[in-house]
This record gives sequence, structure tokens and C-alpha cells, in this order.
Amino acid sequence: MLSRVADSLYWMSRYLERAENTARLLDVTMSLMLDAGGTNAEARWQRMVASLGRPAGMEWDGSLESMARKLVFDSLNPASVTYCVNAARENARQVREEISTEQWQRLNRLFHQMHSPHAQAQFSSSIGDVLASVIDGIHLFQGVGASTMIHGQGWQFIRLGRYLERAYATATLLEVYQPELLLTHEREHTGYQYLELVGLLRCCTAFEAYCQVYTADLTPDRILEFLLLNRDFPHALRYCVDCIHIAIESIHRSGRRRSPEELTAGIGRLHAMLGYTTIGEILSGAPAAFLHTIREQCLRIHELTYRYYVHYSIQSALAV
Amino acid sequence: MSAGHSLELETLFGDYPLDQAFDEMRESNGELRPQYRALAETLAGLPVDELQRRKQSADLAFLTQGITFTVYGREEGTERIFPYDLLPRLVTAAEWDRIERGLTQRITALNLFLRDIYSDGKILNDRVVPRELVYSCKHYRRQMRGLQVPRNVYIAVVGSDLLRLSSGEFVVLEDNLRVPSGVSYMLTNRRVMKRTFPLLFQSYGVKPIEHYPQVLLSTLRSLAPEGRPEPNIVLLTPGVFNSAYFEHTYLARQMGVDLVEGRDLVTHDNIVYMRTTDGLKRVDVIYRRVDDDFSDPLVFRADSALGCAGLFNAYRAGNVTVANAFGTGLADDKAVYAYVPRMIRYYLNEDPILPNVETFLLSEEKDRRHVLANLDKLVVKAVGESGGYGMLIGPQSSARQREEFARQIEANPRNYIAQPTLDFSRAPCLIGDRLEPRHVDLRPYILFGDKINIVPGGLTRVALEKGSLVVNSSQGGGSKDTWVLE
Repeated sequence: MLSRVADSLYWMSRYLERAENTARLLDVTMSLMLDAGGTNAEARWQRMVASLGRPAGMEWDGSLESMARKLVFDSLNPASVTYCVNAARENARQVREEISTEQWQRLNRLFHQMHSPHAQAQFSSSIGDVLASVIDGIHLFQGVGASTMIHGQGWQFIRLGRYLERAYATATLLEVYQPELLLTHEREHTGYQYLELVGLLRCCTAFEAYCQVYTADLTPDRILEFLLLNRDFPHALRYCVDCIHIAIESIHRSGRRRSPEELTAGIGRLHAMLGYTTIGEILSGAPAAFLHTIREQCLRIHELTYRYYVHYSIQSALAV
Repeated sequence: MSAGHSLELETLFGDYPLDQAFDEMRESNGELRPQYRALAETLAGLPVDELQRRKQSADLAFLTQGITFTVYGREEGTERIFPYDLLPRLVTAAEWDRIERGLTQRITALNLFLRDIYSDGKILNDRVVPRELVYSCKHYRRQMRGLQVPRNVYIAVVGSDLLRLSSGEFVVLEDNLRVPSGVSYMLTNRRVMKRTFPLLFQSYGVKPIEHYPQVLLSTLRSLAPEGRPEPNIVLLTPGVFNSAYFEHTYLARQMGVDLVEGRDLVTHDNIVYMRTTDGLKRVDVIYRRVDDDFSDPLVFRADSALGCAGLFNAYRAGNVTVANAFGTGLADDKAVYAYVPRMIRYYLNEDPILPNVETFLLSEEKDRRHVLANLDKLVVKAVGESGGYGMLIGPQSSARQREEFARQIEANPRNYIAQPTLDFSRAPCLIGDRLEPRHVDLRPYILFGDKINIVPGGLTRVALEKGSLVVNSSQGGGSKDTWVLE
């Protein structure tokens, strides 16, 4: 597969994952604000912006609606949902021949949906519906991709992009939330604290899945254990890292070049961090540093993938 | 036809005007041409809002499929749906037979001409075509002199524009021998039309065109360098900002070949490679949708970032085939065009089956005087331009435009030709809820590999603005599906 094509598929997928994550975090934050609680709107907004990696241009201006509108529709701000959808479509347009027509049509529909005057008008009355339809559109795209696209190398680059983005976003989210979480250590919490915990789980679409594993008894250490170490839940870090591992392996196996050792080592390290540690060990150590290391490893894997598959020097390729 | 139907036909046609121009659907006395009867009856039988509903569903199909093109020189909305008309244009088997034979003859001669010009130049020595005309051509490439191209095929993909005059006869307006585009619209129009009028389509017995990508692929494969039995074929695009980018992706996908950009290619030791996730991979055939000028900064324009440095040398060395060959624009120069009937006689010793449009060469004193005196009646075109740019349509021009053109002609007469304003044929289009006549042309696509192949049909381009004679998509033209009947 052409390196440029792999690159575009990877970014298409990352941007869509980012759009979905942003839309969901906003949705959860807005619905938490319905319940008065101790935390005010500005603090909640700040926490959400921090969970998104503190993008520029999202400083609180006092009006939730104008902020939310900016985060969804401001096509000039790289943090906005619209920007991500545009970028995903632009990447897809450059590899139009690699994805299936069905995939392209879904993405194109999502793009036109974001730019329709209807979405803007609907926004003030029912923000939730607009965000839900964005997330639906992305899920549809992924589902259609799973059943219509060839599951070859291109598909693996799509998966790599999605799970790297997701792992990075989840690690950022937990890093922001963990000081607050560790304060609410006792089991008895007020209704408002309970809602906050549900909110955190819902940021990762994890509430129902959590309940299946641990019942609706929410405790901070179990929540962290679930979001970090669960091997079966698609938004848990452990699961994401396993998927990254599989994607890199398949990409490598479909080629004839020697194994990208540094890359394999990087993934192995991440895998070991999440696969052979208990939540007790993480909490008794330095959870913030642990999460920070995970984020750095994700960046490293991105760089190595890039250097090995996309932006290699011609001399090195001719020497083989 | 029942009385009720004919009443509805009356409403549909309204005051459909007929004059001396050939109407594709109706004869001069207003009678429907036989092949259009079934279409007219179907239309008349539909409630008006049903026709609109089908139009909307077809619109949506184009939009969600992203079948768009880019208009240069406009700030907003540079990406637009290619406008199209819902009613098919019908071509009878007999008409098509003539077109097919005529184009085969013409393309054979043009290819022989290119080969001759870039080798011995016999046609110049015999003074059939003036030497200075060829050597002054903007698209003549001296780098091609003495180069042997695979199977002696210079023009693997051609799109020739045909018009139908008031006599009903098809004539060739121009040949596009560089990078003709539009074939993807021909293919997608057909797909949408089959969904929009399935029963009508079935009842007509229309010849299929869907195999075009496959024929293109085997054409390209037949031109691969020797000793490369499983050639790696790629389509080279200028990139996502090109107006025909949709078409490039469409064809690459339909053929199952990689769509590459200049930055994906590198040359080393006169071999072209592409950068893949698995290292460098050798490229054997390039179906090029990048103009000569931008293909190789070492040989052509040095400021081009679209091509691949070293490509031309690899091509000269015979390690890679580029289709179309470089320098083919020489033969679609609008002044050289005037000599095509003479080429056909010279190389094939046959009379042209499809005639040319009468053409005045402004480099010739007598012609120039005539043209300058009659600028308001003629169409003047710059010889090396395409896409409807650089054109003066006399009857629709202002005095100032004519003065401007006259000045440019005096300054550089070789750069212009003039043709009579042609009253070419019109076909009914759905405008609002009425049928109105609009001017149409026809661009069939000719593939030339081990033999010449023309898929039955082509792109019927429509000048959608009332009275307009310009069918180019960049100038507000649209298209129709073209049904060649069994």
C-alpha cells in the first residue's frame, strides 16, 4: 500500500475518533450541568477542556451555549467536532479509491449534516440530539467499514489510528479525573458524587459495561481498574493497547521487510504496563505519572510508525 | 397513444420551440422521432411531481456519492455537483455505427501523424502540413524526437467532441489527445439513470458501457514495457485540488490500480518506484492525468511540484510506459485540427467519414482579413486552450471584447483560429416542470492499445443556460446519459 494512503487512512480514523470523543464529552458535561450540584458550570467546562488536552481558543466566556456551539461548529478551531469531521473527510477524499463507496457515502453524509443550516438551528433547542446524531454518523461509518471494506493493511491502519487516539484520549481523561477520584475514597457518596462517577464512565460509554462487571456499586478504584485494565471493554486502555498491538503485527506480517524492532518494543512495554500490573500497585505508586507514561508511549508509537511506514528515507529503502 | 396522454404531452412540451437547428427529439414538423416515442410516452404518463421526485432522488445520489468537480477562479463553493439532465439522449444503431467507424479512422490517422512528426516527418516533407505550423505549436515536444513508444501508440485515451449540424450530420469539433476527462460522469450518469428509469431503460435495449474501466485497464496493460508480464499500473493524479479528482479516484478504484501523486514516486537508475508501506515498488505503466508541462521538473516546467523528477528519462529508457505519450497535444492544436481530413487522406488513402467544422487559420493572410471583418459572426478560439477558456463567441460578444480579440489576433495570429457559429443540435431537457431544448454535443471515449475500442456512448454535454452554446462543465454546462440503441 502507498505510504501516503496509509497515512491518510490513519488520520481519517484518528480524526473521527477525536470527533466522537469530543462530542461525547460535551454531551456528558452538558447533561451533568442539568443537576445543580456543588460544581459550577465553569469548573465543569474547565475539566472537560482539560480532558480534551487543553485546546486553544476554548477559554470560558461565561455562556455555555456559545462555548458549546464553538466546540461543535467552529470549523477554524482544530478542537471542534466540525474541524475533525472536515479533516477526516479531506483525508478520505485523498484515498477515495481505498475505502468502499458505502463508507465514503456515510462520511460524506456526516460532513453535509455538520454543515447544514438545520444542524445549527436545531442546536440551541436540542444540543443532545445534534451530538447524538454525530456519534451515530461515526458509528455508522465504522460499522459500514467493518462490513464493506477489505480487512487488509488499510483496515489495520484505520484500526491503529482509532485505538491510538482512543488510548491517548482515555489516558488524558483519567489523568484529569484521578485527583478528584482519589479524594472520594469512601464508599458512601452523595447523589451528586454518584452522578459525577456515572459521568466519568459515560465519557467512555462504560456505565452499562461497568455495571455488568461490578454491579452499579461505583467505587473509584474499581472505575479506574475497569477503564485501565479491563481486557474485554473496547474503551479500556488495556483493550486499546491490545488492538494497537494486533494492528501493528498484521501490518508488519503483510509486508516483506524486517521487523520494526523499536516499534515492537514500544508496544511490548505498554502492553506489559497494563497487562501485568494490578490496580492496587498503580494506586499505591504514582497514578498520575503512570497515566502520563502511557500517554508518552502512545506518542512514541505514533512517531515510530510514521518513521517506519510513511516517512522513511529512500536510501534506507534502496539498501534493502 | 391515448387522447389523455397526448394532452399531457402537450403540457409537458408547452411552447417547445423548433427552428432550423436539429432537434434530437422532434422533427421539424413537430412529430416525435421514432426512437423518442417510448421516452415521451413514459414522461407523459408520469405525474409531474413524480418526475420531480425522481429528479430529487437522483440529485441526492450524486451528492452523497461526492460526484463533484472543482471550478477554478471562484472563492466560495469550489466543489459542486456536476449538473445533469434527467432525460437520456438517444443515438440509433446506424448513427453510432457511423460515429464508431469515423472515430476509428480519425484516431488511427492522428496516431500515425504523431509518429511521423516525431520520427521522419514525411507529411512535412511532402508539404501536406506546413512545417512551421507544427514547430510553432505550443504542445510540440522536441524531447520526443526519435523516441520509440510501445506499440507505436501515442494516444491511448482520446475524447473527441462531436456536434450534430442542422442537416443531422455529425461533425468533429475537436479532439482531446492530452488528458481528456469526463468519462466518470458517463459511467455514473448511467448508474443513476438505471435507478431512475429502470423500466424504460430495459424496454429500450441500450448497449452497455459499464466495462469501460476494464477495457482501459487492458489497454494500459497492452502498452507495458517488454519483459514485464505482470505490470504494476498506476494512475497519476495532480491531487485532490484538481477539478477532475473525483474521476481519478473513480477510475483507479474501478480498475483496481493505485492512485499515485507525484510525491509518491521516486526514480532511481532510470526506474520509477512508488513509496509503499513495504518499501519501494517498481512502477511499469503510468496512466497520467497530469499535463506534459507538470510531469517532470527536470525536463518540462521546473517549477512543477506535481510530477516526478527523472520520469522522462525513465520513459526514454523504456523502463516505464506513460499514457498518453508526451507531446500529443501537438495533434489537438486547433490549427493543426484543420489538417486532419488531409492527414486521413495522406496516411490511410480514405475519405474522412466524419467531417471537420470549417476552420479559418488566422496565420493566413486571406483568412485573417475575412475573420477580422466578420468577428461578430464567428467563433474565435485560442489554439492551445481547452475547457472553453480563451474563446470569443461573435454573436454573443460586446464590441469591446471583439476589439480586444482583434488586437490579440494581430499580435499573434498563429495563436487563433475561427469557425462559423454553429447552430448545433438541441435536445429536450427538464427545466422546472417543462421540457425545453438545449444545445448538446457528444464526447465518445476512444481507447487505443493493441486495437481501437470505443464503448458505445459517451458524455452528452448540455449547455444548460437558455440559448448558450458553451457546454463545458467549467462554464455552466451539464450532462446527459447517452443511450446507444441496439
